[in-house]
Amino acid sequence: MTDQTASPADLATATRAAHVGRGPWVTALRKLRSDSAAVLALFFFLVIVALCLLAPLYATYVAKTDPFRSNLSGKIEVGGETVPIMATSTEGLGLGFTPIGPTWDPTAYMLGADAQGRDVAARLLYGGRNSLLIAGASTLICLILAAIVGLVAGFFGGWIDWVLSRCLDVLWAFPVYLLAISLSIVLISHGVDIGPISINAGSLALPIFIIGIIFVPYVARPIRGQVLSLKESEFVLAAVGLGVPAYRILLRDILPNVTTTLIVFVPLLMAINMVTESALSFLSIGVQQPNASWGTIIQDGQGLLYTRPMVAMAPGIAIVLTVLTLNVFGDGLRDALDPRSKLRIGTT
Amino acid sequence: MISVRTKFAGLAAAAALALSVAAPASAELDPAHKGGTMRLLAVGAGGTIDPHVNYTLQYWQLYQSIYDGLVTFKHAAGTEGFTIVPDLAEELPSPADDGKSYTFKIRKGIKFSNGNELTVKDVVASLQRIFKVKSPTAGGFYAVIVGADKCLEAPDSCTLEGGVVGDEAAGTVTINLTQPDPEIFQKLAVPHAVVVPADSPMTDVGTQPLPGTGAYTIAAYDPNKQLKIVRNPHFKEWSADAQPDGYPDEIDYDFGLTDEAEINAIINGEADWTLDPPPPDRLVEIGTKYKDQVHVNTLTAWWYAPMNVNIPPFNNEKARQAVNYAVDRDALVNLFGGPVLAAPVCQVLPPGFPGHKPFCTYSKDPGEKWSAPDMEKAKALVAESGTAGQEVAVIVQDNAVDKSVGTYLQSVLSELGYNASVKPISSNIQFTYIQNTNNNVQISVSQWYQDYPAASDFLNILFGCGSFHPGSDSSVNIAGFCDKEIQGKMDDALTLAVTDPKGADEMWSEIDKAVMAKAPAVPLFTPKHVDFLSKRVGNFKFNAQYYWIVTQSWVQ
Repeated sequence: MTDQTASPADLATATRAAHVGRGPWVTALRKLRSDSAAVLALFFFLVIVALCLLAPLYATYVAKTDPFRSNLSGKIEVGGETVPIMATSTEGLGLGFTPIGPTWDPTAYMLGADAQGRDVAARLLYGGRNSLLIAGASTLICLILAAIVGLVAGFFGGWIDWVLSRCLDVLWAFPVYLLAISLSIVLISHGVDIGPISINAGSLALPIFIIGIIFVPYVARPIRGQVLSLKESEFVLAAVGLGVPAYRILLRDILPNVTTTLIVFVPLLMAINMVTESALSFLSIGVQQPNASWGTIIQDGQGLLYTRPMVAMAPGIAIVLTVLTLNVFGDGLRDALDPRSKLRIGTT
Repeated sequence: MISVRTKFAGLAAAAALALSVAAPASAELDPAHKGGTMRLLAVGAGGTIDPHVNYTLQYWQLYQSIYDGLVTFKHAAGTEGFTIVPDLAEELPSPADDGKSYTFKIRKGIKFSNGNELTVKDVVASLQRIFKVKSPTAGGFYAVIVGADKCLEAPDSCTLEGGVVGDEAAGTVTINLTQPDPEIFQKLAVPHAVVVPADSPMTDVGTQPLPGTGAYTIAAYDPNKQLKIVRNPHFKEWSADAQPDGYPDEIDYDFGLTDEAEINAIINGEADWTLDPPPPDRLVEIGTKYKDQVHVNTLTAWWYAPMNVNIPPFNNEKARQAVNYAVDRDALVNLFGGPVLAAPVCQVLPPGFPGHKPFCTYSKDPGEKWSAPDMEKAKALVAESGTAGQEVAVIVQDNAVDKSVGTYLQSVLSELGYNASVKPISSNIQFTYIQNTNNNVQISVSQWYQDYPAASDFLNILFGCGSFHPGSDSSVNIAGFCDKEIQGKMDDALTLAVTDPKGADEMWSEIDKAVMAKAPAVPLFTPKHVDFLSKRVGNFKFNAQYYWIVTQSWVQ
């Protein structure tokens, strides 16, 4: 039952009073939940992640195919008819061959085959696992590094700030893709072998590391700025005055205050990292064969654009959808956690 | 014949060639078709324009109408193009001094494109220039000339003293050899032995064209843009077999388009031909909609996967044999464009080549022809070799077809139990990279096109001890295969070729089998060549040695 006699002003006061008792996280969550576009985007993103995680099950039990093995002489049943996966042209001079196109049957090359006779649908799901893994892991690396650099530079200032800021300036001076391509060519062509650290040239760790590094300045800069501001706030000055150790101020007072900023970056950075990974893999300097990612599948489809455009289109659509969901969700998250919306990743 | 990239060859065995002595009467060109500008396309240029240095099919194909040597390959369609005919020499000389000396009588009245008359001095200087500019075949082809050893040691002061003797009064040039060489005419017929003016720079001229005596001359060359070829104003036909006049007035060879764009340009009539093979996804289209503009011709070449016999896992013979049994040649033929464009192969010597006798050991049903892969046997061999689980990287060029073949091999190796990966690297460096043993390449994808039709040009060059140079970028025996017993047989075959070419070919057949028994490489397929021409191009002639004879086709 409601109090029919209460005025609108009373109701507003009561609502404000109810909010006063909630923490910022609960408030943010409520705001996020009320943003239907963001919730829908998150739902679709989680569906994409789930589908990609189910790739082995799909390949083994539904499509019954090995998406990493060439199948140039194989045949499949389509509509009760046995057809070759790679059809050699019989018209005209008989030049060339055409992989089977989409059958729209999940059990038989649903999205068709690529130039190696491999199931595009199964590869799409496996490729998605790698693309999402790289985007997620590189985002994590980027945020950890950026947080450390931003916190230390902003809080300690002086020569530490000068050195770290100049390092960021150097990284910032390079166009992002030029830096990514340069690092990839050097590291992915030979692998990494430094002392006890040995990373194979085909390891996913390399694109993760490269992509994780290149966006550090874009996150560390605003974090540093926020820390500079927080450093002058009363509660930090009070802690300093009371003789609280610096590390404790950093961890207990400043870090919690920049956490929301870091969280806002997660989906946005992940979307950008996914596009970067796809670009590098498309250029053969990201994920290496026999691994697949959406970028490598687009590259596989490049040579089939005239005859089997689905090979390139399917991963392209997957990238667009994933990045779209991440961006929409990221916008909602930013609105929920940071109503002033002052933090955005700069133009890359 | 060479491929688009650099390659070199060495001494070889007997060639089953019919050597013609005199040129037939000149074939008349149809005046109605003379004139016009032909536009050719290529993704990239072919490097230096110096005929003594350049070693690409791209320019060798054109040099036949621009430069002349003492002898040349006949400008005729088909395998008649393997025939050696006299060019600047009046006739093919008979050997003297037990096959160690040849005297060429130089034709009179021939002029370079700069207006100067050809002299004996030009011929002698040009043969010296092969060594002075460090021609890639100086050591391989011409080391048999007396004095060549000194020239190879000190190129700048090369005189070929006693090896090349000019007699200006008699108008003759005598070439003396250290030992009989049954392939000397073929070696003198390739562009590295063409004659240029004696006052030409004794260094690689790069982009500055040298005058020649052919029907055409190079007017300008910019490797980033265009190679322009025009008629030689001083040319008068002396032999239609050796240097026929041509139809187009001008040939513009433009660089820089992608292979897809090249096909579109030809379809739209904006260009007449492309050097590059059509992209796989356009083959069906051009083979149906434009089939009248397509010419497919067999090549004496092979695609193969050399396996490094000196490092794991392929230092184990059983591992190498396993890969040979496992590879599905039909699948590879499909990757290359289907049975019309390639044929499965199990041996080194290509079909129709001297010494070729068909056999296929590594097949489900061993016999003369390949039938199917034998994966069970292959897996058993891998198990016996104890190499399963080892890491293997397949090194390929970064173009579409090579990458496809590499990906397929990686798939096969994975199925055999190896931890396989494929590593595409730039086409510009892959060939030298896979030759250098310092790079520890285990298996790669490569191609070999004949320089001239002789079994030695495949077997001795690709699997001879003399072609294996550890630590060098010029070690064309990529597998690093050096079997003393087989090498002895090769040496015997080379010697026998001087007196008994047929007997030598029989020996090469046996050597082919002996090499494949050791499995230093996986023969993949014999490729065919696709020429896609614009509608207006007529009179297409495909020469087995240098492919399409450009200037014998018309554009109007």
